[in-house]
Amino acid sequence: MNFKKLAAAAAAALLCASQAHAQIEIQWWHSMTGALGDRVNGFANEFNAMQKDYKIVPVYKGAYPESMTAAIAAFRAGSPPHILQVFEVGTATMMAAGKAIKPVYQMMAEAKEPFNPKNYHPAVAGYYTDRKGNMLSMPFNSSTPVFYVNKDAFKKAGLDPNVAPKTWKEFAVTAAKLKASGQQCVYSTGWPAWVHVENFSAWHNLPIGTQENGIGGFNTEFKVNSPQHVAHVEMLADFVKKGWMTYSGRRNEAEARFFSGECAMVTSSSAAQANIRRNAKFDFSVNFLPYNDEIKGAPQNSIIGGASLWVFSGKKPEEYKGITKFFSYLSQTEVQAKWHQETGYVPITNAAYDVTKKSGFYEKNPGTDIANRQLGNKPPTPNSKGLRFGNYVQGREVIEEEMEAVFAGKKPAKQAMDDAVRRGNDILRKFEAANK
Amino acid sequence: MEKRVVFRSAWLPYALVAPQIAVTIIFFFWPAVQAGWYSFQLQDAFGLQTEFVGLRNFAALFGDEHYLRSFRITAVFSAAVAVSGIAIALLLATMADRVLRGALAYKTLLIWPYAVAPAVAGVLWAFLFAPSVGIATYALRQYGVDWNWVLNDDQAMLLIVLASTWKQISYNFLFFLAGLQSIPKSLIEAAAIDGAGPSRRFWTIVFPLLSPTTFFLLVVNIVYAFFETFGVVDATTQGGPAGATQILVYKVYHDGVKSADLGGSSAQSVILMAIVIALTVVQFRYIERKVQY
Repeated sequence: MNFKKLAAAAAAALLCASQAHAQIEIQWWHSMTGALGDRVNGFANEFNAMQKDYKIVPVYKGAYPESMTAAIAAFRAGSPPHILQVFEVGTATMMAAGKAIKPVYQMMAEAKEPFNPKNYHPAVAGYYTDRKGNMLSMPFNSSTPVFYVNKDAFKKAGLDPNVAPKTWKEFAVTAAKLKASGQQCVYSTGWPAWVHVENFSAWHNLPIGTQENGIGGFNTEFKVNSPQHVAHVEMLADFVKKGWMTYSGRRNEAEARFFSGECAMVTSSSAAQANIRRNAKFDFSVNFLPYNDEIKGAPQNSIIGGASLWVFSGKKPEEYKGITKFFSYLSQTEVQAKWHQETGYVPITNAAYDVTKKSGFYEKNPGTDIANRQLGNKPPTPNSKGLRFGNYVQGREVIEEEMEAVFAGKKPAKQAMDDAVRRGNDILRKFEAANK
Repeated sequence: MEKRVVFRSAWLPYALVAPQIAVTIIFFFWPAVQAGWYSFQLQDAFGLQTEFVGLRNFAALFGDEHYLRSFRITAVFSAAVAVSGIAIALLLATMADRVLRGALAYKTLLIWPYAVAPAVAGVLWAFLFAPSVGIATYALRQYGVDWNWVLNDDQAMLLIVLASTWKQISYNFLFFLAGLQSIPKSLIEAAAIDGAGPSRRFWTIVFPLLSPTTFFLLVVNIVYAFFETFGVVDATTQGGPAGATQILVYKVYHDGVKSADLGGSSAQSVILMAIVIALTVVQFRYIERKVQY
């Protein structure tokens, strides 16, 4: 009797196992934590429940640089994941990886999946599209830096809480008043290089590098030591000296200082909104980045940050079929609209934006459409399409190091930006030599 | 008469040391040889293209002012950690050696930090001294100190020295305490009878007799500061601000893992290996001779 039961159980287990085996597993390595990580798992669960042929397995592999390193190591060892979430500064490295990756447009065509790049937000899709107009990776989470203001602190300083400074000149006047009102930290920024060099350049239609910011080819050189760039960094250093700006670090440390009420103004990712909304015990507004009105044509448009999904090569056709289905699911309007509304990331399809707009979401949640409007402020120029520099993980750090030296009063801005260009170009030449 | 145990079997001794040798080869020699091999190559991140570049990686390193600066930073950091770690531990050990009541509790508490992993120690100190929320930061601000190691390089260095030293004091303390307890009490008593005060007794008797321990700890502490402090740096400053706390071993990791520059990173680890070998040889051959045992 007992034996029979056991045998039956074993047979049942075997059956289940073989059934599970028939389902094709797709590994998805990502870097989303907290509420965002929950959303990622939610996507996988929903997709897995929708159909029976494929199973998406999301795996958190550490922060962006770590998951990318892990995937590269896995590729070298012969077993990369199917899908990898790669942050925007890793884009050039992935594009140069040629044989290692499966371009998304090609995968879609081979699987005969309907796919129209025109449905995607141009500022987002352009970032991941090669010169021939082929989309190489799937846009996923895209954000852009915006300017957050603590309205209560403005009131306390006798400023109009509904008017945020539009230019850096106005910003200086506001900062002085906030400081005088006893505000301990007037302004701080997350992602200094992304906000104050990369987006500063795009926002003022200045090149970050030659060859359309590297999109035109590997033989690119940095241009971030122009007089305008130097003046901007000099201005920030002056703010630090006057106590109008507090440096918080290279990532998003400044965001916590803003929602705790310590800093009255902050520039950081639009994706910080969810967190700020949850934690801030004061009234705040989301605004366009300030600009320098002495530079002609400003403001232009800002550029994105965030990540896209890359597919590795060497997998089976049926696995690619599953990935295609999953990507189509992610691009569905309702899925995208929800993702955008919950997180503050930019909707990657135009339809998701329209649906959100029609639903009255933007009126109910003022500030949530700022990122989108800023990205589409003007049609992008070669300077504001995006950037694609080889090994820019390292390049961006060089820029950040030099900015830190200026803020700490160790170097004049001109010398620091010249050094950033020289050191950055060395990295670009090394990348060019390694990826012929 | 020489007493020596000899294995009769021809293969048994080799079989007994084989696991140890296997571990050494797989985990030490193999990676070392691989690092040496990579240091002559230029590779893209994915390993799809490899080019033999001879000594170009090394030439690039020595032409890079930031690499040379990393040397200076490491020297300052190691010296600070080793000297302060040894000095404080010695002071604590001499004190603990004289404590009669509650000696065990006192000693146990002093040994505790050693059980903390470097990364955890780093996080702990980073929290205490966090530029916006740290308790220590708050206290310092009351005294008018603008504490922000995210921007101030001296403060960043001070922080990693503090965290690394704090962790190493326990280890040093253990050895000093053992060393102190092995000094014959009769020597100290004799000196005391001859009228030597406590400080004189310490400098003329205790300190010289402790020199083998001190020397041993010097080597261990320098090696610790060179290699094991990686966790502390990674958990706190990550080499910043502006590379002011980028010690050599952190730069190897940073360039190789974060920046995917395998050739440059391997060249650095080869140099680091050479430094450690040289350091050990110099210390054991020259300094050891002058140390009394």
